[in-house]
Amino acid sequence: MDSTGRIEVKDLNFYYGTHQALKNISITVEPHQVVAMIGPSGCGKSTLIRIFNRMNDLIPFTRVEGKVLVDGSDIYDKNTDVVSLRRKVGMVFQKSTPFPKSIYDNIAYGLRILGIKDRRILNETVEKCLKRAALWEEVKDSLGKSALSLSGGQQQRLCIARAIAIDPEIILMDEPCSALDPIATSRIEELIADLKDEYTIVIVTHNMQQAARVSERTAFLMHGQLIEYNKTTDFFTKPSNKITEDYITGRFG
Amino acid sequence: MKETVLKSFAATRRRREIWDKAMVTVLFLCAASVLFILFVILWHLIARGLSSLNPAFFTQLPKAVGEKGGGMANAIIGTFVLLILAVCVGVPLGLGAGVYLGEYAHHRFAQTVLFVTDVMNGIPSIVFGIFAYTICVLPMKAFSALSGGLALGFMMIPMITRTSEQFVKMVPNQLREAGLALGLPKWRVVTGIIVPSAIGGIMTGIMVALARVAGETAPLLFTAFGNLHYSQSLTQPISAIPLQIFNYAVSPYEDWHRQAWAGALVLIVMVFLINIWAQYFVYSRKRWSAGK
Repeated sequence: MDSTGRIEVKDLNFYYGTHQALKNISITVEPHQVVAMIGPSGCGKSTLIRIFNRMNDLIPFTRVEGKVLVDGSDIYDKNTDVVSLRRKVGMVFQKSTPFPKSIYDNIAYGLRILGIKDRRILNETVEKCLKRAALWEEVKDSLGKSALSLSGGQQQRLCIARAIAIDPEIILMDEPCSALDPIATSRIEELIADLKDEYTIVIVTHNMQQAARVSERTAFLMHGQLIEYNKTTDFFTKPSNKITEDYITGRFG
Repeated sequence: MKETVLKSFAATRRRREIWDKAMVTVLFLCAASVLFILFVILWHLIARGLSSLNPAFFTQLPKAVGEKGGGMANAIIGTFVLLILAVCVGVPLGLGAGVYLGEYAHHRFAQTVLFVTDVMNGIPSIVFGIFAYTICVLPMKAFSALSGGLALGFMMIPMITRTSEQFVKMVPNQLREAGLALGLPKWRVVTGIIVPSAIGGIMTGIMVALARVAGETAPLLFTAFGNLHYSQSLTQPISAIPLQIFNYAVSPYEDWHRQAWAGALVLIVMVFLINIWAQYFVYSRKRWSAGK
């Protein structure tokens, strides 16, 4: 196993204008681990993972303090090339976001822009990624069809296939199953289990069972603070913090 | 308390119902008169123009006064040439500006430019003709197809800018984020994902603009100028259907009046076909997206 795909956050503060959304967060995500982020709505968990690929840059009037290292290099350094950072740190969103292109082109578009023009390599990669995302059998005869014609679960798997096509080290997932039915959800969860020997995965979820099923470590955030970060088994069986215990047992109003 | 409210409700029930019916009827009449006006115009054109429409109308040049027959072949071709020129000017500039305003521009700058486009939309079309005359006809010392295309193209710019900006802005932000999250440079996201997502609306906007300038006479009066023969080059005067209609309609000859009606009918059918084609384009894209 190579040692790439490590995220290290030191004393991170994040502001939307004057509102401080993240407070003094320090957390390390080791390579090839699945880390789940849980917490009530508005606690900052999505904001946190959107820090890792600098997606928050798109929102005006935001400010970052502290250090965020991906594989040892500071991604908020002014010399950081955001485009290459995002190639290394892929993302899957809450709402599936297929491009208005064919299924094939959804995956091939990113590759072509990376300079891969060889038809044969493109075909192979598209097939490999669709197989990896457990979608190949369903779409192999309709690669030319619009990606928007797929079902929600299929679209989400297509987005995962698209993310792994450009060979990232880390995949961020922002509530990837919240719009899916239980069957589609379990397929995505199987996929996560399957992908973790190649990628580091950080998943935000509202579903505590899901966090328990898919992750090795779980982080709990509340009001922008990291309350607890622990091995998932310990996190759910013997939480060290009273607030965590209250949250996972549903004792919050 | 509750009872008195209910009672007064019951008492006014009949009045409310009558008002409701009356308002719906008024709105229906408005909608119906829109259709009615359109049909009256169409009926007029067909009644007066259809009899003069024959193969010669589409294939022959205008004849001199008194001679029977003749057609508008040169004007029909001329209109197509002018529209192609106008598209070459108006679409790249309008689309480019619209996309820039929708995707990149700072709010203040975008608002300013959009205000300017709204003002431009209200400028009388003849002013665009004067402008093209000044920057093209005067330096080249000749009326030309080029200057006519330029005038029509300038007219298209504000319309296309407006619609492109609106439709680009309507693309959900998630799609932008998804593209950027894949490590695509912003311009690739814009050209490869955002514009294709908005293409249906953008195309409709272009077609509406095209249909509008297709019928313009005023901007052509001192640019394209008109021509009774086939135009040999883009630097020569060229005819257009609206110009020909205008020239024939103001003449005192009955023959020419009939030709003018036929020309108007052809023009309206052309605009109609452009619109149908645009609708079909949008429709077939939607069908493809839905996987049919």
